[in-house]
Amino acid sequence: MSLLSVRDLSVKFAMRDNTVTALNQISFDLAKGERLGIVGESGAGKSITGFALMNLLSRPGFVDSGKILFQGDDIAQMSDAQMRRIRGNQMAMIFQDPMVTLNPVLTIGQQMVETLMAHRKLSKSEAEQIAIVKLREVYIPSPAERLNQYPHELSGGMRQRIIIAIALLLDPQLIIADEPTTALDVTIQADIMELLLELCETNKVGLILITHDLGVVSQMTERTLVMYAGRIIEAGRTREIINDPQHPYTQGLINALPQQTAPGQRLKQIPGNMPSLTAIPNGCPFSPRCEYVQDHCRTEAPKTVQYTHVEVACHEVHRLHSDKAEEMNR
Amino acid sequence: MSSLSTNSEPSRWSQIWNSNIGYSFRKNPVAIVSLVIFLVIAVMSFCAPLIAPFDPYDPGQIDIMNSEYPPLWVDGADAQFMLGTDDQGRDLWSTILYGTRLSLLIGICAVGLQAILGISIGLIAGYVGGRIDSLLMRMADIQLSFSTLMVAIIFLAVTQAMFGSETFNQYAIYFLIAVIGVAEWPQYARTVRATVLAEKKKEYVDSARVLGFGPMRIMVRHILPNSLSPIFVISTVQVANAIISEASLSFLGLGMPPSQPSLGSLISSGFDYIFSGSWWITAIPGIVLVVLVLVINLLGDWLRDALNPKLYKG
Repeated sequence: MSLLSVRDLSVKFAMRDNTVTALNQISFDLAKGERLGIVGESGAGKSITGFALMNLLSRPGFVDSGKILFQGDDIAQMSDAQMRRIRGNQMAMIFQDPMVTLNPVLTIGQQMVETLMAHRKLSKSEAEQIAIVKLREVYIPSPAERLNQYPHELSGGMRQRIIIAIALLLDPQLIIADEPTTALDVTIQADIMELLLELCETNKVGLILITHDLGVVSQMTERTLVMYAGRIIEAGRTREIINDPQHPYTQGLINALPQQTAPGQRLKQIPGNMPSLTAIPNGCPFSPRCEYVQDHCRTEAPKTVQYTHVEVACHEVHRLHSDKAEEMNR
Repeated sequence: MSSLSTNSEPSRWSQIWNSNIGYSFRKNPVAIVSLVIFLVIAVMSFCAPLIAPFDPYDPGQIDIMNSEYPPLWVDGADAQFMLGTDDQGRDLWSTILYGTRLSLLIGICAVGLQAILGISIGLIAGYVGGRIDSLLMRMADIQLSFSTLMVAIIFLAVTQAMFGSETFNQYAIYFLIAVIGVAEWPQYARTVRATVLAEKKKEYVDSARVLGFGPMRIMVRHILPNSLSPIFVISTVQVANAIISEASLSFLGLGMPPSQPSLGSLISSGFDYIFSGSWWITAIPGIVLVVLVLVINLLGDWLRDALNPKLYKG
């Protein structure tokens, strides 16, 4: 049985007189210990997916339909009390900006001990021992002394390590990392990613990595979902998606990487912007920006089909692929 | 980090002394003078039974024949009575000491009550939001649309009529604390709610929710400590206000009885004699009241500046 199984999940936001769809019938699975990347532009619904998995959507957002099965139980149906036992305990979440995710008025030790004691029956000194062990696991030097420090006394990279240590405190089954390195220096980004990868591998923890950085996804994850306007438009093994993307949007994303462009030339960006959630076009949401667009793309929503190694939601994927094969042969 | 290089942790006192607040305090002569005066008044009044030469509550020590002696520096004074005596022959110095104690006690307890009510209501309104927020804040608006004094006068007049003067006088201090405390809670509730609204959007609150903490714990342990600075500032101002309210009520005869005078009732009891020459019965307690309220307000001003993040974080 998979650890997490999302089925036809739709999330809507209530507006004054109608609702907008932020997530449109997304489905995916995560096996125990598997690492999954979710990529897409800002506003594609990546973070909303993360919050929905934690059952932390705040008004006006709500789960409209679908199931989120975590170890067989539907999270979307759980009461607050049931959910609190899962949050932090079996599922943990890491946020973007380590400068603001730690409570500024509590010491590192107080925050770690509090987390442990909220979920387990432990004495304070036992909890401190566990905290020190976890801080050592994330390579924090002299962990015992850190316990008495406040967040403002530590650097950004150090704080993100501590946040990871807090996420791992209760040995969760799944970590949801929402752009965990966006706010950090590039050099520290690599360190943190390596650390996260190592910890997930050694502890057999599942990871959902939400990011817009394809490089990070290719390094960190086994499978990838590409999201666009609240839908999953392509899903499959990371290596195949990066090396041989099928959906025109994914192709566009990869072509837009600076490495794909010769020095001195303009980056190959995808023309246009992602549609606002209130004005998602009929048919394929990507159709206004797509260079392969046909008439039926504008009227009919594409179904997800298995194509070569990936699942992709595109009407023209067959033609697209044959065009490409021709190009290769030429 | 000095705490890392040396094994001995600096004491809490030296931590406070060296913090931003400690620094701004040391650089601010007004704050230093205010705190010193406030502490002198507070310590002297709370040690009143030890310092005061007479016990103004003991009728055996009061002799009506001693009434209206002027202070020592005026002709016709009695050496026994440093600041003279009031219309009943009580030593004014002792009575002021006891009266200041009452005024401070009522002020601080009333603010304590306001704080308990206001902080809990403000926290709940800000954190829960929605209808509960609207309901609680409309209650605060309604409460604020009556002036404190009006509420207090009505309440105290009704209780006085209900229980009779004697019982009322016995419990006057509790009535005063209750009425001043209840009448002013919206000040706290509004301030706390505004801070909570700002704090609850911060990511540490999200991360606390993600760690599986309940709303109670998040409110009390995570949001409240981050909202303390405006609470401190408003507390000082409110203590000063509460002391003034108490004095006004006592002046109007709805507060402390003349047998247990607070500063307000002393001022009021001397008021009848002002034109017969005994100005000191009103003037001296009046000066004490003004100085007390002034130093508390000056301290509050300094605290507001010192805790204002815009002033030192740039």
